[in-house]
Amino acid sequence: MKKTFLFICTAIVAAAVLPGCSKKAAPSKAEGKVLNIYCWNEEFQSRFKTYFEDKGLVPSGVTVKWIINPNQNNVYQNKLDETLLKQKDAADDDKIDLFLVEADYALKYVDTPYTLDVKKDIGLTDTDLAQQYKYTKDIMTDSKGVLKGVSWQACPGGFIYRRSIAKAVLGTDDPAKVQDALGSWDQFDAVAAQAKAKGYFMLSGFDDAFRVFSDNVTSPFVVDSKINIDPSIKRWISQTKLYTEKGYNNKANLWSTESFKGAAKGGKVFGYFGPAWFIDFCLAPATLEKADGPKQIGNGSYGDWAFCKGPQGFSWGGTWICAAAGTDNVKLVHDIMYTLTCDKNTMAAIAQGSGDFTNNEEAMKEVAAGSYQNPFLGGQNHISLFLESAKSINKSNMSPYDQGITEKLQAAFADYFNGSTDEATAWNNFYTSVHELYPNLTK
Amino acid sequence: MKIKLQKKHSSIEYNRWGYFFIAPFFIIYLVFSLIPLFSTIANSFFETYRVGLMQIGPKFVFFKNYTEVLTNSELPKYAENTLIMWLLGFIPQILISLLLSIWFTDTELRLRCRSFFKTVIYMPNLIMASAFAMLFFVLFSDSGPVNNIALMTGKIAEPIRFLFRTDTVRLLVAAMNFLMWYGNTTLLLMSGIMGIDQSIFEAARIDGASPLQIFIRITLPQLLPILVYVMITSLIGGIQMFDVPQILTNGTGQPNRTTMTLIMYLNNHLFSRNYGLGGAVSVLIFILTAALSGIVYSSTLKESKKSDGGKK
Repeated sequence: MKKTFLFICTAIVAAAVLPGCSKKAAPSKAEGKVLNIYCWNEEFQSRFKTYFEDKGLVPSGVTVKWIINPNQNNVYQNKLDETLLKQKDAADDDKIDLFLVEADYALKYVDTPYTLDVKKDIGLTDTDLAQQYKYTKDIMTDSKGVLKGVSWQACPGGFIYRRSIAKAVLGTDDPAKVQDALGSWDQFDAVAAQAKAKGYFMLSGFDDAFRVFSDNVTSPFVVDSKINIDPSIKRWISQTKLYTEKGYNNKANLWSTESFKGAAKGGKVFGYFGPAWFIDFCLAPATLEKADGPKQIGNGSYGDWAFCKGPQGFSWGGTWICAAAGTDNVKLVHDIMYTLTCDKNTMAAIAQGSGDFTNNEEAMKEVAAGSYQNPFLGGQNHISLFLESAKSINKSNMSPYDQGITEKLQAAFADYFNGSTDEATAWNNFYTSVHELYPNLTK
Repeated sequence: MKIKLQKKHSSIEYNRWGYFFIAPFFIIYLVFSLIPLFSTIANSFFETYRVGLMQIGPKFVFFKNYTEVLTNSELPKYAENTLIMWLLGFIPQILISLLLSIWFTDTELRLRCRSFFKTVIYMPNLIMASAFAMLFFVLFSDSGPVNNIALMTGKIAEPIRFLFRTDTVRLLVAAMNFLMWYGNTTLLLMSGIMGIDQSIFEAARIDGASPLQIFIRITLPQLLPILVYVMITSLIGGIQMFDVPQILTNGTGQPNRTTMTLIMYLNNHLFSRNYGLGGAVSVLIFILTAALSGIVYSSTLKESKKSDGGKK
């Protein structure tokens, strides 16, 4: 009994081990069969599907795997870093081929050997990249002058306001006239008081105006491993505290359901600050009363919005596509990068299809001059408003620690705005939480 | 003679089998608990963390991590938060569990549908703490159901910001802990009471003792070992409170870090793979837990020894 039992056990173990022996390492000179893409939401996935996959540009036999990890609490970056550090020893089908980075932490990956040169290694030419806005290329150029990533968007931002509320408060909803009323911060404050008098909130919450200030800093967040707070940020803090005390904002957290409820049919928020992707990807779906219904005027507050430049020009975010070093799908990566970030027709199509401001100067000039009408914005052609500001975006004050610092700053000061702490305690909490996240930084 | 030898031989063989049966537990404990324990203590003496793709350390710094945790961080504040939230949940839990267990086991009271009630009060323990916390997060948010109902019935004029006030967030955490664990405690105490000899109760009733006197002089002293067990396990669970406040406050311990528990603070260090500082915090929590358990155990065991001696 014992002997037969032992014999059966050995047979099972041997049967399990043998198939492993017979697998030979597949020769990887040919293009890989699996394309692994790391990102944090479905924005790129939907662009990829509509403008690349659905046009049949993915070679047959190749599967595209999407590994999506959310951005909050650094989860996306942590997972990405872990996998990148193991890239050399990973099997070909498990290697990351493409990953996306946001402006807030793009610098972390630019100057590392984990990203490939898009010109020498991937094969994009200078003519291909000629029409891209300069700042999108400057951010992703490393210390040796090598371009490490490309983007399909440029992200100049402005103020997206509700037409009906503008009519009630200012008497007009025409973008040019509204822009006259909101041309400077002092004027913005004055209109906020008028909105409050009529029962509306100028802004949805504390962090909505943050990006306008953070993009206009004159010094980066970290200088020589020391945290540095620019006067522009201090201005955001004092303005938001004032607005909260006077009731000009609805106290909602950015990205929360409460915040987007303010944009719905019965919502009372005057406007939101944001670039083109905010309009299409975040605000528009939140305004629909029937989520599956047609995207037209009448469905919730869709179509009751318009766009103007606002008190200060700014840019917010942006997504860059990087090729991971060690990828086995170089040709496919080249095709994706070319189609989605350099090809003029695709870029124009993306702009017309989703209202995104795409990274091709010529295409944007054409769309701005053309008959494009954005249905969400009540038929306004907002691309033309972006043309000038896109050229003057200055991102030279970015640091690799921006994402963590921004998140901790907003969290620590939410307590101050809510009245739970005083300013000194909020600063203390901010420095404590940044120290937990980046132990190498000092005050 | 032969028979004797045979008997000895078979008894030794069975003893060896006993060791084989308990070996799996010890192997798993060694690999998953003991070795990590020693490596954590070892790590706490090094400075090692990772920022982005840059690894710093490990560099031997001896007690620097400990001094930083004890002096530069707000560890006492987090310990205080943990203690407050634990007590707020534990005190009602033990009182109500005692009450329920007495009602359920009282031979004179004879409640109906006892097994139905026993099942129902145990059910909250089966819910995952994170799912429960998520549910409360949605229920008590500014535009959530609780605020909506209160606004509609006119009881309040403005939504109460439950998740932004220290007292309400702590109460919510305590309430969740209470709901999840009072069923468990009730069943334990019930089994303890059912172990007491019924004749003592009858004798007391014949002698004219009131229910309160029976409770204080008979039930409680006899229940002492089980109460000690409940106290220690609840204390250890309380010190390790993590998932409920983490999900409810989204990891921030807001407002103003007043709901940040010791383990939430430890978790914050893991985002930067800070095994050095994290190790130091872990060792300190370990020492704290051991000390508190020792105090509870020795103080109550002394009493129980005294009462046992009196009984003899």
